[in-house]
Amino acid sequence: MTGRPFTTTPTRRTILKGMAGAGALAAVPRFVQAQSSEPIRIGFQLHRTGIGASYGRWYERTASAALKVLNEGGGINGRPVEIVFEDDGTDPKRGAEVVEKLTTQSNCDLVMGTLFSHVVIGSAPRAGELKVPYLVCSEGHHVASGMLNRWTLQPGITDVKSQVQGMAPFVSSNLGKKVTMIFPDFAFGHDHRDFFTAAMAAQGGEVIQQIAIPPTETSFTRYFPQIPSETEVIYHVMVGPAVLTFVKELGEFYGSGDRPQLFGFIDSLEAVDINSPGLEFLDGSHFWEGHPRYKQADASEHETFYRAAVGVDDNGASVSDPADIATYAHMFSTWETLFVIKHAMEAAGYTGPADRQKIVEAIEAMTDFAEGQAHPQGPKVFNGKTHQAFGLQSITKVEGGKLVRVHQTSMEDGFYPDEVDYTTMSF
Amino acid sequence: MDFGPFLLLALMEGLVTAAVLALTASGLSLVFGIMRVVNVAHGAFFMLGAVLAWFVSQWVPGPPALSFAVALVLCPLIVGAIAAAADTAVLKRLNYEPEATIVATIGLLYILEQAALSFFGPDARPVPAPLNFRIQLPWFGYSGYKLAVVAAAALVLLAVWLILRHTRAGLIMRATQIDRDTARAFGINVDRVYAGVFAMGAGLAAIAAVLIVPIQQAHYLMGGDPLLLSFIVVIIGGLGSLRGTLVAALVIGLSDGVISTFFAPTLAKIVATLAVALILVLRPQGLFGKRAA
Repeated sequence: MTGRPFTTTPTRRTILKGMAGAGALAAVPRFVQAQSSEPIRIGFQLHRTGIGASYGRWYERTASAALKVLNEGGGINGRPVEIVFEDDGTDPKRGAEVVEKLTTQSNCDLVMGTLFSHVVIGSAPRAGELKVPYLVCSEGHHVASGMLNRWTLQPGITDVKSQVQGMAPFVSSNLGKKVTMIFPDFAFGHDHRDFFTAAMAAQGGEVIQQIAIPPTETSFTRYFPQIPSETEVIYHVMVGPAVLTFVKELGEFYGSGDRPQLFGFIDSLEAVDINSPGLEFLDGSHFWEGHPRYKQADASEHETFYRAAVGVDDNGASVSDPADIATYAHMFSTWETLFVIKHAMEAAGYTGPADRQKIVEAIEAMTDFAEGQAHPQGPKVFNGKTHQAFGLQSITKVEGGKLVRVHQTSMEDGFYPDEVDYTTMSF
Repeated sequence: MDFGPFLLLALMEGLVTAAVLALTASGLSLVFGIMRVVNVAHGAFFMLGAVLAWFVSQWVPGPPALSFAVALVLCPLIVGAIAAAADTAVLKRLNYEPEATIVATIGLLYILEQAALSFFGPDARPVPAPLNFRIQLPWFGYSGYKLAVVAAAALVLLAVWLILRHTRAGLIMRATQIDRDTARAFGINVDRVYAGVFAMGAGLAAIAAVLIVPIQQAHYLMGGDPLLLSFIVVIIGGLGSLRGTLVAALVIGLSDGVISTFFAPTLAKIVATLAVALILVLRPQGLFGKRAA
């Protein structure tokens, strides 16, 4: 009998085949196991470019730092968590596309992170159509006003209506009664305009002039002559790439002459060093801060932990570049929202996209968040009907080149009657 | 604020706008006048000048005045070189056909903007002003640097005019503008003239940007407004007429200052655009343009 001799010496080709086979075999159990430990994917709608870019840079860093803490603590339900960042160009149209892409192409379990109110308002309807939870970090009143839908929630940051309601008593009793407001001409600025004007009237004060400026504006001096001379307080809140120019030109305009008191939302100086040349005139002026940029003397251990985890020094700048100033007053919202997601998914026993509705219901059932590592900005009350969180606000004063807290609101200062009950709406 | 000081502030603001606009638009006008190229990337060259000024301010040590002086010389040269390269590599190969060059310069605009986004980032970054004094008037304070910008722009424009009128290079450019073929017949290297003119136009935009960047900050999307306003100015002034460009820049700049201070900046843009529409209907060649034969 003749036949091919059986050889025990493998050829290079069979070795390669064998390796491929073994690799495939090794891969199978991992895949099978993946049904229970596949990562949870959180889509993050990020203002990486466009007028919100400086916020986007820090929202990405903060969310990534929170993600690291989350995964080191065992992830969600024992599953690791991933964040898929997608740039929306701070553009509402692109925003809606990003929500869709994250949901349908990147297979994210939910979407979070949006700041600019026009992007939120442009994107939320798409999230509602796709039936995907959409957790915004935007401050706008559009969530609690009932303008959006059951899938959109804001558990990480207080809304503008609540913020300004807490500011008005301080402004009217300490700074002056006649206020001129300067605000960006889009939804977020209109929230300021409407609710601060009402809140001032409730305090016996008066907003005597409202100056709206497009958020893309690059030159501001031409708006300042509209400030009436009897103004006692200038209330300013600007956003966009030109905020430094805005504040500088305000300083040039008043120069060394008499000027009204200044009360600003730190938005006017987010990501800008308050000690930049030309900003000396801000000394002694007051700011709202959601979360004080300069580490305060009474900072909690959680605050210290959060600062170190994100990589922010005691002056609110990046530890690796002192010129890179954080958007500190807002970015905590992404950190806190991520931990709200963790608790909601664990409470809901979340297993996959089929359980998305359970996430919304779990968040709606929440009532308060205690201050802690998951909520370093401070304690919060959550209103499940309006999908809106309420927290403590700080008023800081520029003293010796730092922002020092002079007042903190109480939780009750920010409450207002419900305007909507999302829980009665269908999914 | 009383009417008098209000008007004064409006005129000062308008003068700054007019000065910068005159520089930017004269670059656009020069390119169109001599090369018959509608340069849509002109705003991108403006932006590039500002962004490069920021890089210079980071790299050059010493007082802000020194780094600013370096930027004022270096940035227009770099931007001009990039423009000359774009002319030789792209526009020349399209034989300067009007439609093709418009599309090509739109492409150039995107390339330059995305390059700035990649290398400079999406943030607005401040460049320190070379002089930091403020003029305190009885009614309001005003940046001394802004007034210096007006003076500097006037000097640069004077230099451009002198070059065009009284140098051999200017003579060659004017000859090329009047008749390209005859100029070539007289031994003028038209390709080189075109590359030079394109570089000079971009360089003027870059000078305007270096002057404005301490006021406005550098940002990768900052070229949009100057481009729109430059087109408005060039169309009103008459395509290719430098004198018309200057007059139109002054008119548009001052009216922009007055209207946007007294009413709203958006209204100023509406009025300017309306003026363009009226000019196109009533006097298509522009205020100082020559009617096409």
